[in-house]
Amino acid sequence: MQATTQAIPHTFPDHAAHEDLGFWRKYVFSIDHKVIGVQYGFTALGFLLFGFFLMLMMRWQMAHPGQPIPVVGPLLTALLGDMATRGIMSPELYNSFGAMHGTIMVFLAIVPLAVGAYGNYLVPLQIGANDMAFPKLNMMSYQVYFVGGVIMLVSFFIPGGAAQAGWTSYPPLSTSIPTDGQTYWLIGMVFLITSSLLGSVNIIATIIQLRAPGLTWMRLPFHVWAQFTAAFLLLLAFPPLEAAGVMQLMDRVAGTSFFLPTGLAVGGNLANISGGGSPLLWQHLFWFLAHPEVYVLILPALGIITEIIANNTRKPIWGYRSMVYSALGLGFMSFLVWAHHMYLTGMGTKIATFFQTTTMIISIPSVIILTCLLISLWGGSIRLNTPMLFALAFLPMFGIGGLTGLPLGFSASDIHLHDTYYVIGHFHYVVAPGTIFALFAGIYFWFPKLTGRRMSEYWGKVHFWGSFLFMNLVFMPMFIQGLAGMLRRMSDGGVQYSALKGTGVSGALSETVIGLNHFILWGAVGLAIAQVPFILNLFWSIRHGERVTSDNPWDSTTLEWQTPTPPPHGNFLTPPSVYRMPYEYSVPGAAKDFLPQNEPPVKP
Amino acid sequence: MEIAYTVHPRPDTGVYNAKLGMWLFLASEVMLFGGLFSSYILLRAGALPGTWPSGWLSVPLGTLNTIILALSAVTTLLAWYSCKSGMFDKFKLFQGLTILLAVVFLGIKSYEYRDKLTHYEVELKNGQLADGHLVRREASGAVVLHGRLVQSRAELMDGRKAHGERQELTIAKADIVRMQNYGPAHNTFLALYFTLTGLHALHIIGGLVVMSYLWGPGSRMWKTNPERFTNRVEVAGLFWHFVDLVWIFLFPTLYLI
Repeated sequence: MQATTQAIPHTFPDHAAHEDLGFWRKYVFSIDHKVIGVQYGFTALGFLLFGFFLMLMMRWQMAHPGQPIPVVGPLLTALLGDMATRGIMSPELYNSFGAMHGTIMVFLAIVPLAVGAYGNYLVPLQIGANDMAFPKLNMMSYQVYFVGGVIMLVSFFIPGGAAQAGWTSYPPLSTSIPTDGQTYWLIGMVFLITSSLLGSVNIIATIIQLRAPGLTWMRLPFHVWAQFTAAFLLLLAFPPLEAAGVMQLMDRVAGTSFFLPTGLAVGGNLANISGGGSPLLWQHLFWFLAHPEVYVLILPALGIITEIIANNTRKPIWGYRSMVYSALGLGFMSFLVWAHHMYLTGMGTKIATFFQTTTMIISIPSVIILTCLLISLWGGSIRLNTPMLFALAFLPMFGIGGLTGLPLGFSASDIHLHDTYYVIGHFHYVVAPGTIFALFAGIYFWFPKLTGRRMSEYWGKVHFWGSFLFMNLVFMPMFIQGLAGMLRRMSDGGVQYSALKGTGVSGALSETVIGLNHFILWGAVGLAIAQVPFILNLFWSIRHGERVTSDNPWDSTTLEWQTPTPPPHGNFLTPPSVYRMPYEYSVPGAAKDFLPQNEPPVKP
Repeated sequence: MEIAYTVHPRPDTGVYNAKLGMWLFLASEVMLFGGLFSSYILLRAGALPGTWPSGWLSVPLGTLNTIILALSAVTTLLAWYSCKSGMFDKFKLFQGLTILLAVVFLGIKSYEYRDKLTHYEVELKNGQLADGHLVRREASGAVVLHGRLVQSRAELMDGRKAHGERQELTIAKADIVRMQNYGPAHNTFLALYFTLTGLHALHIIGGLVVMSYLWGPGSRMWKTNPERFTNRVEVAGLFWHFVDLVWIFLFPTLYLI
């Protein structure tokens, strides 16, 4: 009667696929949403690791400016030549690593992982659909993303190197630096934007059109709501950046002056341009995307955490409806806060007041969601498995990230904190021990559905405690450095900036503040080592992990667990019907402590 | 494996998948052109006094193109209507007309582009400006323009004002300080003109490809699944109407004000 019993004959993947498609159509040019989800997942994890290594090299340079990078130094020299003579990172290389770290982490790693992988794999399963609404577009969206990623990677090896103007690419700096890397960046971004456009249209259309019978809006798992909102943000916020990208591309290639003001001088000479443009226009268009983008990063993470908390507390989520409305409120408000990134551009106090107000308002729904998750723990019989550990750690870590954002949202305190390490600490707390922890939790949680095997609990816990400890060692000192006034883009960690000391000199950083760079470096190295058990565990468990004995190893209620393991092309053996809310755990009087959404009500 | 609602609308939402997908895509397109129009407003509002040109584009040609796109909207609708009524021959006719109109639109647009790209402003040693269309370049390096001489750039800003006689001007190489055509790099107005109409033209080309596919090889589906084919025509038509609508905003913004 339960999935457990129908599972056994369908456990083997070979029986799962009805049609024999051959290697290329099955794994490379697949139109199956699950394969595409996995493609997204592995590519994005690869980029996540790559982006992390870029940062690790930068951290060495900050702690030991001008000294050859150990281990990878010679390799850098061999690959990049002048940019890294004798294994030493040049300031230009530092700048390009910095710009590409941000770009890769946001646009190539976390969003594709959160939306591309989780959205593609889970949304159709959780709504009881047999695939996405537009499978071919789905395949195209992955391929376009892949091409965009390749363009970004290739830009490291062209003369002049990759983009160097930060992930924000503010003109006129981005237009003036003499490297074609910026042009590659812009073209790569156009590909990535196109990919996310195709993906988000697909996710929204799928959720609206392909919900199983009985799956009304208020019966959707929260993860589906989160993906739905995030997809809308991608759909509506990315196009203005695409417009801006096209204009900056015109500035670089066709010699226009959209973002270049009259009288611009580069290197002491008046630039040969028509002028009349506005650098601020770029900032407006960029942040009009980039603030909603933050919520694209965080909403799917909240969705994943909600699924895991409901499952591992064995009780319904407290305040499901208010969480749904909060997610929608977050989505809407995220379009109205962008200029809080621009307080220092000389905007009037009235405008600043408006954006301060909206920024404070947007923190309310975030707090509601976090509070609901916290209260959901109350009175639950909590199972402390690896996914749950990550989920539990997410709550306070995301809390720190969110609360440290408040001083940045006020224009007065932002004057001091703007562009310092405080900002870096703030958003890394949101994204690294926040979103990335949620993504890790999700991998441990849904791994048995993908493979029919579990990942090792022991090594999972080693991974968790290592990551938890070192994440904090890396990011907590950044708040101190930022409050002390350390700026975010100094390639020597502030040594030259603080060279002049004594009376009458203000702003020099103390030895302690600069010394924290060493601390952070070794924290980051520890963080790298802590990922080794995860990587080994992930690949080892695909073939050698402990087999699950049921299709629903976590005794979960949502629809993705009511399929064979792994789900075949087409997902469900019979099209499911839904009869209940998403999290019916420990219902009084029920025979088991969970009632799957597709379990018909018992007739009295 | 069949995906639900690819042909018939889902009862509670009232649309089939592709139609919803197209509406969502158009929503993002609104944001794309919204971003560009906002940029136009911000750049124009921020321009130094006397630097924003007017009347540089040919209103008769713009009006002609507007009429052509409006007509193509009608033929698109009739093409879909013909499918709905089962009249495949009429579909072929109206769809063919749409394609023809789109090609004419692009032709006129290219003529306008060419007109701008062969139009030069030459700064002379004596401080004067020579402004006109390039007739030929001579072997000596001298250029021959069909145009006029003016004292300052300000005189060129209003294209509708009556100017002096146009004549053939031969300018020796030694007299040229700077020579620039009316391309996107000339000033912010032309940068916007080329970017906005260029993106719009890319949309026209995209639409043209789809329309031609549905007129040609894609129309084979009429025999196997006429309902689905009609849906395709409808969805392509939605896109086409959006592209028309963008032009309805572009025309007054760039040509008239």
